[in-house]
Amino acid sequence: MRRFTSALFLIGLGLLIVAIYQQLGLQASSNIGQAINTVAADQLGAANFVTAVVLGYRGLDTLVELTILFTAATAGALVLGTRKPSTKRDPDAGFILQTGADLLFPLLLIVGLYIIMHGHLTPGGGFQGGVILASAFFLPILARPGSSIDHHWVSFIEGLAGASFIYIGLLVMFDGKAFLSPVAGNGVFGELFSAGTLPLLYAAVGLKVGAELAGLLANLSDTEAVD
Amino acid sequence: MEFLILIIVAIMLASAVAVLLLKDFLAALAAFSVVSLGLSVLFVILRAPDVAMTEAAIGAGLSSLLFALAIRRLGLWRTNDAGPEE
Repeated sequence: MRRFTSALFLIGLGLLIVAIYQQLGLQASSNIGQAINTVAADQLGAANFVTAVVLGYRGLDTLVELTILFTAATAGALVLGTRKPSTKRDPDAGFILQTGADLLFPLLLIVGLYIIMHGHLTPGGGFQGGVILASAFFLPILARPGSSIDHHWVSFIEGLAGASFIYIGLLVMFDGKAFLSPVAGNGVFGELFSAGTLPLLYAAVGLKVGAELAGLLANLSDTEAVD
Repeated sequence: MEFLILIIVAIMLASAVAVLLLKDFLAALAAFSVVSLGLSVLFVILRAPDVAMTEAAIGAGLSSLLFALAIRRLGLWRTNDAGPEE
């Protein structure tokens, strides 16, 4: 029965792939977003047009996305993140994992911060860099399960970053513009300090995502395993 | 280029079916992350590096980690037994 279901699933997927192949011809369409490509550089000054869309034209969507992530992380920690005080902790990992974690931690930190800071210039940005930051802070816990991150600091950073995202959006309204609309002052196209408020917004997103996911992972790994 | 895409799609399909058929939860999890990895390579080929980074970081990395922690929490993590139980 199970074999039969799998075979049916496989046939369906194959038909779907064939249908997509027939429709698209597997060619990357180059005329999608042609309109954005022509106006985004002048309007927002961000070299990465994806960032221009994510934070400039659709800033409110990003705010809602952050809210969804926050809700999911809270629910995950609430459901799975309880720990009996009597349970034993796992022993420390072996020499190779400990040394590897120590070596990788600064490297991952730099890569994460680089991706967040250059989100308006190169591919990447707050969400991707935030996940890398979270994994950087989770590695030491993986190597030494006894140690844990300071949850007060994590929630402080998370709240500060989330609030500053909203405050930047509100500050724009003093200029008489819409909520979260990008501020002018584009700077030189393609330089690190350019594109108005977009890098600040992405820094807030990156810190929030990083703190949230690091807290969630630490919470989940802190729970006891069922034998 | 189309040849490469077809190979990646075949690998993704094979590992997606493997997720269904494997009895070991950790092996199924590894196959699941192969699907995400193939998808992120596919995004690079289709010239969407932003989405590829998101898929590699969140799909292949973080969600696998979350699944692994959930498997450990639920007591389904068996690494040193004789084989899959029937």
